[in-house]
Amino acid sequence: MLIRPKEGILDPQGKAVERALPALGFEGIEHVHVGRMVELEAEDPERLGELCEKLLANPLIEDYEIQAL
Amino acid sequence: MIWGVLQFPGSCDERDALHACEVHGDGARLVWHESRDLGGVDGVVVPGGFSYGDYLRAGAIARFSPAMEAVAEAAADGAPVLGICNGFQVLCEAGLLPGALLRNVELRFRCHQVDLIDERGGELLSIPAKHGEGRYYAPEAMLDELEANGQIAYRYAEGHNSNGSVRDVAGVTNERGNVLGLMPHPEHAVDPLTGSTDGLRVFDRVTQVAA
Repeated sequence: MLIRPKEGILDPQGKAVERALPALGFEGIEHVHVGRMVELEAEDPERLGELCEKLLANPLIEDYEIQAL
Repeated sequence: MIWGVLQFPGSCDERDALHACEVHGDGARLVWHESRDLGGVDGVVVPGGFSYGDYLRAGAIARFSPAMEAVAEAAADGAPVLGICNGFQVLCEAGLLPGALLRNVELRFRCHQVDLIDERGGELLSIPAKHGEGRYYAPEAMLDELEANGQIAYRYAEGHNSNGSVRDVAGVTNERGNVLGLMPHPEHAVDPLTGSTDGLRVFDRVTQVAA
C-alpha cells in the first residue's frame, strides 16, 4: 500500500526534499511528496481497502493505493 | 471528581496528568490501555507522550485500544474527556474530535511556553507546548462549521503558532463540548514552581461544560 499526503495539504517534508535537490546537483525535479509504504501478505485481499481506511491511512489527510506485487 | 488517566505503551505525561488531576479534582487513577473498564471515574484524560512510538501516525494505534472503546462510551454519555498532545492525536484518530494533527510545518520538535487564547472570552493562558506533530488541519468547510459551532476552543496568540496549525487552532471540542483536545500541556502548568498555573483553567473548562 502506498499512502500519500492529500493534494492541497502542505507537505513540508516533500518541500524540504525538493529544495535540497539542486544543491545535490539534481535539476528539473518538482512536486516532491513524501508518503509511506506498507507491505504485507494477505490471504484475503478483499478487506485491504477497509484496512487502509481504518488504520493504514487517515482518509482526512491521506490518499492510498493498493498494489499487488 | 475522580479522573481516569489512560496509559498506553509509550505514554510519558500520564504522571504529570495524574498529579494535575489530583490538584484540580478529588483524585485520579491510571487506566491501562488494555482495560475495557474505566473503573467508575467521572472524567478521562488521554495523556501526552509517544504511544506506540508514534508508529504509522501519532495516535493511530492507541485509538484501537479497549480503553478507548470505554472512553468513546463515556464521551457519548457526556463525561468530560481531555486529550492532551498525543491524547488529542488519539481522539482525532478515533473520530471523537474533528480534524487531524500533522507534522510541524518547520519539521522540528518544538518545546516552548506558548500563549493561548481561550476563544470563549479571550482569556490568555500561558502553557508549555512540546511536540513535533502538532499542526492542526481540517478542510476549510469543516473549519467554518467548527467556528460557527464554537468548537474552536483555543488558538495560539499572535506569534505563538510555531507548528503551522490552520487558523492558529490549538485546541477543539466536539459538538457537545464535553470532549476537549489541545496540543499544549496544561498538566505541566498547575504549580507555581513551573511558572504558570494556567493549566488549571483548562481542567476547569472541560469539567464546567460537562457538568
